[in-house]
Amino acid sequence: MIKFLTQAGKYFLLLKKVFSKPEKPSVYYKQTMREFVFLGLNSVGIIAIISFFMGAVITLQTAYNTENPIYPKYLIGLGTRDSMILEFSSTISALILAGKVGSNIASEIGTMRVTEQIDALEIMGVNSASYLILPKLIATLLFNPILTLIAITVGTCGGWIAGTFAGVISSESYIYGIQYEFIPYYIVYSLIKTVFFAFIITSVSAFQGYFVEGGSLEVGRASTKAVVYSSIIILLFNVILTQLLLS
Amino acid sequence: MIRVNDLSKSFNGKTVLENISVTFDTGKTNLIIGQSGSGKTVLLKSIVGLHEVEHGEVWFEDVLFNKLPFAEKKLIRSEIGMLFQGSALFDSLTVEQNVSFPLDMFTNKTHEEIIERVNFCLNRVNIINANKLFPSELSGGMKKRVAIARAIALNPKYLFCDEPNSGLDPITAILIDELIQELTHEYSMTTIINTHDMNSVIEIGEKVIFISQGAKCWEGDNNQILNSDCEPLNDFVFANSLAKKLRSGSKS
Repeated sequence: MIKFLTQAGKYFLLLKKVFSKPEKPSVYYKQTMREFVFLGLNSVGIIAIISFFMGAVITLQTAYNTENPIYPKYLIGLGTRDSMILEFSSTISALILAGKVGSNIASEIGTMRVTEQIDALEIMGVNSASYLILPKLIATLLFNPILTLIAITVGTCGGWIAGTFAGVISSESYIYGIQYEFIPYYIVYSLIKTVFFAFIITSVSAFQGYFVEGGSLEVGRASTKAVVYSSIIILLFNVILTQLLLS
Repeated sequence: MIRVNDLSKSFNGKTVLENISVTFDTGKTNLIIGQSGSGKTVLLKSIVGLHEVEHGEVWFEDVLFNKLPFAEKKLIRSEIGMLFQGSALFDSLTVEQNVSFPLDMFTNKTHEEIIERVNFCLNRVNIINANKLFPSELSGGMKKRVAIARAIALNPKYLFCDEPNSGLDPITAILIDELIQELTHEYSMTTIINTHDMNSVIEIGEKVIFISQGAKCWEGDNNQILNSDCEPLNDFVFANSLAKKLRSGSKS
């Protein structure tokens, strides 16, 4: 328990350092643009591929489990749409990004720590926590909602393509289904979750990397911890946010 | 001038530095020597504030550095250049970006002025046509020289070097030593170098402090070091068999 509280205290002290006034905003701006590319744009491909197949599988599974004529066909499209918006685009994408982006952040910062690059920043008088972590936070907080919107769109299209190619639903029924009883708030709910998850992935992974001690083995361990802890906290916050936002 | 008074440091109850007092002179290459694990790096990092000291004082001229608040420490740190053992160049930046980093961060110079200064520093350390290379594309000696260029980019008053020639061949190591000494004299910097390389001690040891098991055992210069009465120092200086033979020969 004491260890947990110590770690939590260190985490919040790190966040305080991260959100202190930047030395030179123009340098931070350049760094943030760089992170948009590394953490945001470079994740579009994997999110698109996974969402496409997720949408396809949801459509096919819904179709095979609702073969009873009592259920109208358009429910397949509706189910795919709501599954993608409510859960898969935000939570599953966040878990995937915890693996890709989280491990990347922890290993990058951890390597900088063990090779004394962070010490070099501190010696120059740079607030290393802010310089290294704040641009990553800004980039993920702003870009991950875009990734979520991409995931919703591509996943829904994936369902349409799989459903019509497999012959389990007509194109008209699917499109009618994805338009039926649409609740715009679900998108807002999904984006709010995404912002929370982006903060968790970036800050927890950066924390793991920033306090690495030792060598490459410890950097590897920190990278693994970053993914595991981020994933667990994401799942925990998924429950809390769902209760708060949908109740 | 940097003055250290009665400095002690421990990790998890284990004392690493014990009551060290020493003055490092301006315009000289001050060497801290000692065996691996003797506390040299901890002393260097304690002086620059990377380690919090439990007891003692670190003075930069007439400023008590280790008691300053973080914001004021940053002002002194902008006058410090440091060369790390592994060079600590930023992997994601090119040579030019590494050297321009402190200039971008702490000056309001235009891009042209920054590039001019970068080229001056790189020329000064004999790095030519490597501006666009990444650290992974450089040799060990080149990395050290780029790190020196970065360290001097802001015209520091204080230069700290942690094992500047570790992992280098003897000829390159001496070139790096000579370069550091030249820069120290040219810019009248207070330079502190951690090393266990006896070649460096003989070549550039204008002031030498020997540390053993966390305590200062001896202080002098490169002319005095071969005639010391300090036994731990003699064990360190005459560690190899050739040096032992030469020593016993000169005694007889």
